[in-house]
Amino acid sequence: MAVVGKAVKRKEDPRLITGEARYLEDINLPGMTHIAILRSPHAHANIVSINTEAAAAVPGVVGVYTGQDFMDVNPLPCPWPAGGPDHPNNINTPRALEVEKVTHIGAGVAVVVAEDRATAQDAVELIDVEWDVLPAVTDAEEATFDGAPQLHENAPNNVCMEWDCGDQESADAALTSSDVVVRQRLRNQRLIPNPMETRGCIAQHEPVNGEYTIWMTSQAPHVHRLLFTAFIFEVPENKVRVISPQIGGGFGAKIFMYPEYVLTTALSKTVGRPVKWVETRSENYIATTHGRDHVTDVEVGANRDGSITALKVKTYANLGGILSTVAPGIPTTLYGRMLSGAYRFPNIYCHVTGVYTNTGMVDAYRGAGRPEATYVVERAVDLVASELGMDPVDVRRKNFVPGDAFPFEPSNNLLNGLSYDSGDYDKALDMALDMTGYEDFRAEQAAARAEGRYLGIGFSTYIEICGIAPSAWMFGEGWGAGLWESANVRMHITGDVVVTTGSQSHGQGHETSVAQLVADELGVSMDQVHVQHSDTLGTPFGYGTYGSRSTAVGGVAVWRSLQRIKEKAKAIAAHEFEAAVEDVEYVVNEEGVGSVQVKGSPDQSKVVGEFMGIATSAAGGWSLPGDMEPFLDETSYYDPPDCTYPFGTHICIVEVDAETGGVDIKRYIAVDDVGKVINPMIVDGQVHGGIAQGVAQALWEGAQYDENGQLVSGSLMDYAIPRADLLPSFELGRTETPTPNNPLGVKGAGETGTIAATPAVVNAVVDALSHLDVRHIDMPLTPSRVWETIKSHSNGGNS
Amino acid sequence: MWPAEFDYARPSSVAEALQLLADNEDAKLLAGGHSLLPAMKLRLNEAPLLIDISRIEGLGSISNNGSLTIGALCTHADIAASADVQASCNALATATGMVGDQQVRNWGTLGGNVAHADPASDPPTVLVAFNANINIEGASGSRSVAASDFFMDLFTVDLEPGEIITSIEIPAHAHDGSAYVKMPHPASRYAVVGICVVLQRDGGRCSGAHVAVGGATVRAMRSPGAEAALRGSALDDAALDAAAAALKEDIANDLIGDMSFPEAYRQEMAGVYLKRAVRAAGG
Ligand SMILES: Cc1cc2nc3c(=O)[nH]c(=O)nc-3n(C[C@H](O)[C@H](O)[C@H](O)COP(=O)(O)OP(=O)(O)OC[C@H]3O[C@@H](n4cnc5c(N)ncnc54)[C@H](O)[C@@H]3O)c2cc1C
Repeated sequence: MAVVGKAVKRKEDPRLITGEARYLEDINLPGMTHIAILRSPHAHANIVSINTEAAAAVPGVVGVYTGQDFMDVNPLPCPWPAGGPDHPNNINTPRALEVEKVTHIGAGVAVVVAEDRATAQDAVELIDVEWDVLPAVTDAEEATFDGAPQLHENAPNNVCMEWDCGDQESADAALTSSDVVVRQRLRNQRLIPNPMETRGCIAQHEPVNGEYTIWMTSQAPHVHRLLFTAFIFEVPENKVRVISPQIGGGFGAKIFMYPEYVLTTALSKTVGRPVKWVETRSENYIATTHGRDHVTDVEVGANRDGSITALKVKTYANLGGILSTVAPGIPTTLYGRMLSGAYRFPNIYCHVTGVYTNTGMVDAYRGAGRPEATYVVERAVDLVASELGMDPVDVRRKNFVPGDAFPFEPSNNLLNGLSYDSGDYDKALDMALDMTGYEDFRAEQAAARAEGRYLGIGFSTYIEICGIAPSAWMFGEGWGAGLWESANVRMHITGDVVVTTGSQSHGQGHETSVAQLVADELGVSMDQVHVQHSDTLGTPFGYGTYGSRSTAVGGVAVWRSLQRIKEKAKAIAAHEFEAAVEDVEYVVNEEGVGSVQVKGSPDQSKVVGEFMGIATSAAGGWSLPGDMEPFLDETSYYDPPDCTYPFGTHICIVEVDAETGGVDIKRYIAVDDVGKVINPMIVDGQVHGGIAQGVAQALWEGAQYDENGQLVSGSLMDYAIPRADLLPSFELGRTETPTPNNPLGVKGAGETGTIAATPAVVNAVVDALSHLDVRHIDMPLTPSRVWETIKSHSNGGNS
Repeated sequence: MWPAEFDYARPSSVAEALQLLADNEDAKLLAGGHSLLPAMKLRLNEAPLLIDISRIEGLGSISNNGSLTIGALCTHADIAASADVQASCNALATATGMVGDQQVRNWGTLGGNVAHADPASDPPTVLVAFNANINIEGASGSRSVAASDFFMDLFTVDLEPGEIITSIEIPAHAHDGSAYVKMPHPASRYAVVGICVVLQRDGGRCSGAHVAVGGATVRAMRSPGAEAALRGSALDDAALDAAAAALKEDIANDLIGDMSFPEAYRQEMAGVYLKRAVRAAGG
């Protein structure tokens, strides 16, 4: 019985539901010490002096250290300076502790190591820092103005990098000759990821052999080891083992190298005892990366028939006070190259200025660049529709990439040589419109308006780029490594299967999806399959989990190993049955049991995955053909030829309370095409969570800094994350267009919700107020903002 | 998220708690801990000694002998579920039922809530509307303060360091309907604006109205202007418009605001929610 495509229950859930899963906080080592970090209360300041005497005298304190104590440890690397040699990249990255100056609140400047966490925190309060406080700037565009406070010597006007893509001349020319041009400034506000589990690190150093074992909240343990060894500590790779225990969510924020990980690891050697650091929620708000934060001016040209002629985008991307690991790559490659959306825009140009400001670090957050791009594109299409007085659905259809145009290369070499793999954008739109009852909705909206009730509908016919990414292409984008994945598959003597992967699972259900793949290919039960990941000792190298790549890239590596195992099983069977290999086939019967048999001779058949089956023959090695090596054990590496391009239509229906500006989501319909689906329940779960986060950006979330660079929304009491009772039951549909780019046909499902949902909601609210001539409202659409908009548009607008 | 070191005592009577307070300057009472402990963890608040009053007997019951007496240690959940409260002061049942989330309602106490006097709290608005009295014990005996005098300013109440709130008393007040409505903050669920209305009816007319506002203002306060506008009216749209305008004027000098919910917005919403409260109270 095939399990791929079935909503099989997750293998990881029993340990999560019963509380047996071991998170970083659950790990305690004998002799372990604890640290607390003194963080800058100022957004921009020079460090004049630090006095640690009083802290060092507290009973139970093992040691107090400042940045001076770690000058032999390299600064953190930034392996993705965007854009390559043609563009300036004024890189500034953090050190374990800052030494001379700080450029955002929360930057660490001193650390206490103590016998317990509370003592460490008490002692931190006694450290005396003399600060020379400097003026701060928090807005990316303002930071580039003359006279703005300067954060780094190597970054005049606070510009980290300038980057562009597309063709400026052709975009300008097309705008000039278009029937209409709409211009709009769009703010994509800063978000705080808020994984349920904060970050943490435990490091242990063995003086005898100089080895470090590091348990850490990592979405990419192999990449962390690479950064520790080759870049930060300059030690051989085999001196560091990184283990990622059960991880309570990451949303991208746990991909990166952070100062605290370096600090904890360095300290484990200094104090000669294991060291533990667990981030508090307050620290998480100021020391873990944030996402988004763009200020964008968009110009879109169109002709009267609704065809869009050009899209020109100028974006200031806020990168924070100092660079996180891949910060420059997010608002460039992952943003600009996606600005054609689901459409055939004939002319596109995008210019991005990456800017330092006195705010927390900004890096990839679920969707990473692609939600920002989708927001620009889907808002632009709606702006054109309202300018032309057309139905937004018609404008979308008019500009869609047609079903027969795949593979499709966006104009002006926007994708730098890649092309959209497959799609049927009309089909997903049709299904979503059907589920919605669009025709009836417009009548309902008109009737409601007559009663003074504001109903609105919003569309987002998005695409995304995932299954990231061909290594050679990424190299051209400035990324300093590869982005392939690996997998090892072994069949043990009992017939059980062990899969080790370089990828990492922190909520995505890899242990289940991969087991489903293996079960169907090899004809074993899911219980026989054990998927191991997240420990650099014993798993092959991999780049980690992000960019919806674990199945589309890592899954294909597994699939390749499975093919090799099947070939080898056939060769062993041919030898046992004294038949030619070409005459042996690998069959999986209706019960899901896999065997190798001589074609047309069912009595010459042997089960593979059971004790004394072919797996046992291979492991026993008693009688193997020729020079064949024993054991069914195959490792594969997969570097994709292109990315994958999921798509779909999200539709949101809202009612705006005309008196308060409150937005109520009445219905949310989502049709996603993520290619071939392995486990529909897991995909639905990813879509649900993603929609919740996307809706939350549209309506509630938003980091707020005051003019001194203090984070005003610095806790869960102020920063509104989505809650179940604020959301309707999502209505999900699905089309399935396999990608031709990989043998599984899978595209990726981890980010669709956050990419699609945000513009659907904003478009719906703007539609609800369109009779008042409202064209745009900046996010988050808080009641007060919506109410202000209604108030300022109500004069005579009431129709 | 790690409080400074403190000592801990758990008295079993009010007298013992008062003695501990008298003997330990800067000691703090601990009830449900849902306002005090978060502040201590953020090191916004420190106390050398916490006096945990949560197990003192006799402070956790609700009784009704004409006036309604609610022990200081009653939790929001206790109050929301009390048939006595629902019968004689339904708006308080509603307000306590809207506090935070279930966990907060199971721990947070009415005594702690009024002592803390967060301007965004819900119960104070109802207590002010119902002319409640706060009963207080101290070294020099007991006293009782009217709610409208007790709440003085942001986080400031008429309570001396050595005193304990023992109960809140809501005098009998014949009325035909009461309601509490609020706009919750999307993150904390505290009130951005909360309005309590208590109505007396005489046929189609309103013969008396109490109107109190919180959330939008530095403290829970009555609106004499709105009350006057409703009194004697048929509670028609014109009367509600007049009451909303009067309310907005009454609170004009006491508004609070932040980046997400500025003062002007909260002032407007006070008017909108007043109308909703009157309708919810059956007007
Ligand atoms: C997540 C969250 C959401 C919340 N949402 C809301 C909301 O929507 N609406 C709302 O109204 N409240 C809300 N609250 C606050 C909640 O109602 C608290 O329970 C209440 O403010 C304090 O009660 P407590 O018993 O926890 O007091 P504690 O935290 O124990 O004490 C608070 C203060 O009162 C003093 N104190 C306590 N009891 C007495 C007494 N008997 N006599 C004298 N002084 C005393 C203490 O010394 C301390 O200074 C929320 C709290 C949290 C954590």
